Amino acid sequence: MKISALLLMLLLLLPVAGEATDGGYGYPIPGSYAATIIGTPEALRIEKPANISMKELLLEIYPDRKKPDIFFYDEGLVCNFAYQKNKAPLAFLIAGAGSDYDSDKLKYMMYGLYKAGYHVIALSSPTHPNFIVSASKDSVPGDLTLDAADLYNVMEKAWAAVKDDIEISDFVLAGYSLGGTQAAYVAKLDDERKIFNFKKVVMINPAVNLYDSIQRIEALLDGIPGGSRKIGLFFNRILDKFTEFYRSGDYIAINDQFLYDVYKAGLVSQDEAGGIIGLSFRIGSAGMIFTSDVMTNGGYVVPKNRVLKASDPLADYFRVSVRLSFIDYFNEYFFPYMQKKQPGLTKERLIAEEGLKNIEGYLKGNQKLSAMLNENDFIVDDADRAYLKQLFGERTKLYPRGGHLGNLEYRQNMVDMVDLIKILDEKGGAK
Amino acid sequence: MMLALRSLVQLVVAMYLAALLSGCATTTANLPPEEPAMHSVAESVDDEKMLYVDDPWINFNKRMYTFNYYADKYVILPVVRSYEFITPELMQDGVSNFFNNIGEVKTLYNSLLQAKGKKSLVTFGRFVTNSTIGIGGLFDVAKKMGMERQSEDFGQTLGVWGVGSGPYVVLPILGPNTVRSTTGFLVDTGARIAIVDGLNIYGDDDESGAIEAAVTTLEFIDTRHQIKFRYYKTHYPFEYFMVRYLYKQQREFAIMK
Repeated sequence: MKISALLLMLLLLLPVAGEATDGGYGYPIPGSYAATIIGTPEALRIEKPANISMKELLLEIYPDRKKPDIFFYDEGLVCNFAYQKNKAPLAFLIAGAGSDYDSDKLKYMMYGLYKAGYHVIALSSPTHPNFIVSASKDSVPGDLTLDAADLYNVMEKAWAAVKDDIEISDFVLAGYSLGGTQAAYVAKLDDERKIFNFKKVVMINPAVNLYDSIQRIEALLDGIPGGSRKIGLFFNRILDKFTEFYRSGDYIAINDQFLYDVYKAGLVSQDEAGGIIGLSFRIGSAGMIFTSDVMTNGGYVVPKNRVLKASDPLADYFRVSVRLSFIDYFNEYFFPYMQKKQPGLTKERLIAEEGLKNIEGYLKGNQKLSAMLNENDFIVDDADRAYLKQLFGERTKLYPRGGHLGNLEYRQNMVDMVDLIKILDEKGGAK
Repeated sequence: MMLALRSLVQLVVAMYLAALLSGCATTTANLPPEEPAMHSVAESVDDEKMLYVDDPWINFNKRMYTFNYYADKYVILPVVRSYEFITPELMQDGVSNFFNNIGEVKTLYNSLLQAKGKKSLVTFGRFVTNSTIGIGGLFDVAKKMGMERQSEDFGQTLGVWGVGSGPYVVLPILGPNTVRSTTGFLVDTGARIAIVDGLNIYGDDDESGAIEAAVTTLEFIDTRHQIKFRYYKTHYPFEYFMVRYLYKQQREFAIMK
């Protein structure tokens, strides 16, 4: 059972605007929020490989780290590893904010690349609790440079763990959402460290500036009655609607048919759809905030010096943490923490540093990098899209719809990703 | 198999006792005094609680949740993995179908007790079809014919009869439940024992006890094999809280239909 299972069900309670097709692009869901929530219908996703050799890797990144009692189940960073029998390039994949190595989106990226002949190692986001506890040097996620260094360190350890078992020809890298933005920073670090010499780096629906993007995500909660201070009330009302719909229809179970009917019935408004997305981000960030606070004894949501036991109830901490926005986290926790590391750092400078413009010199015209964008992705605006196009030129794929990540698993998107990541020889032919 | 089951049970019982007795000794010495956190739950009073389920037995429940994690990790999942490794996938599916087909009996009498005509008919149709054309339940041909598997148990029957769910309880090995679903489970198990005895399925000869034990063990392994849930796999710090909510919600939906 996935934590997101219920949310996913709720997420499907969306207004439908009729199917869309144009310009030969067949991803069917026109609305930005609807696409984000529904994603790609199973029948339109790329097919899984008939056979896939894969296993989980458990990496001990900091063997001497003493982990707090309540994270007793955390024995190291878990990742997915899919391997080919023959010599092949290895692709590292980075998940988006709050997501883990086993998320559906990362899995489908893995399927696409595996079918194209790549070895794949899929990594959780540095904002995911497992990463914060086991793989993050400081356990305070959010800084692109520091998170990239953590990711790079993890990639080195992962490579060391598999290199005796497989033959690797080259390395490539891809990430989605926050993981896409981080991929650019990892690529830049690799240019200095030269361990992997990534041949290609693909960023899918990346944030251009993290602070701008979190503001846009938080703004989704402005449209619900009472705003972000009433997310509990909002959740309960949406659940009531959902329950009533289920009770009144001829359903025997919560299955695809039910969910599709819910979608068709247009049960929730546009504002409510935005609210559901905003709330699901909040539920993810609550885990990040609490985990980081426990790891650093930061006194943010857990009283400083309190030692939590595995059996302690955490409901109140959930309630506190889910109420905090990404912006609260940035202003009250992340910025003071960064300021302590770099005395004299201003908030304006930190905000400016957490984005792609900060490494523009490295990115501009760099043939290695490419981006996949959606015209109606709400975590970026038109200026951001224009900026990315200007950075990467024809190595930018722009889709007419898909919202934020909704079309990631769509067949054509995965074909395009594999195409963008393809390693070319000197003459420009496929290698 | 018998021996394996017995040592399995012994190990699980030992771990269960260890889990009950543990959790008393945590050192908080040498730590500076607590200071209040920047944010506290008091700020949330102007909003409704969400995802919340009343949990009066939370201390016991959380301990059992952790116990189940260890039981899975050290005993049950290694057995399930060995089973999955040595058994061809086609056979695993056959085993699952076989036990699911036996489970139709439970769904059938509970559908009848709840006076659910359509469910009873579909379930009866499935049982007859799969037991015959499906070769004793090894193949789920009924599904291909459009008869989807239904699921009813006595816990749901009690719910339909208006019995309240009672407190949430995490049972050893069995995991999330309520008092009502636990009662239902006991009744269904009792009914099953009565049916097996009444039909004298395992016979009276010397081997019968051993065969029964082997079948029970296989069914246990198959049950866990069919459940994808893994304790603490999400690493989400509020997993216990979320699972509790999702369990309760899913049961409410099940009882509605």
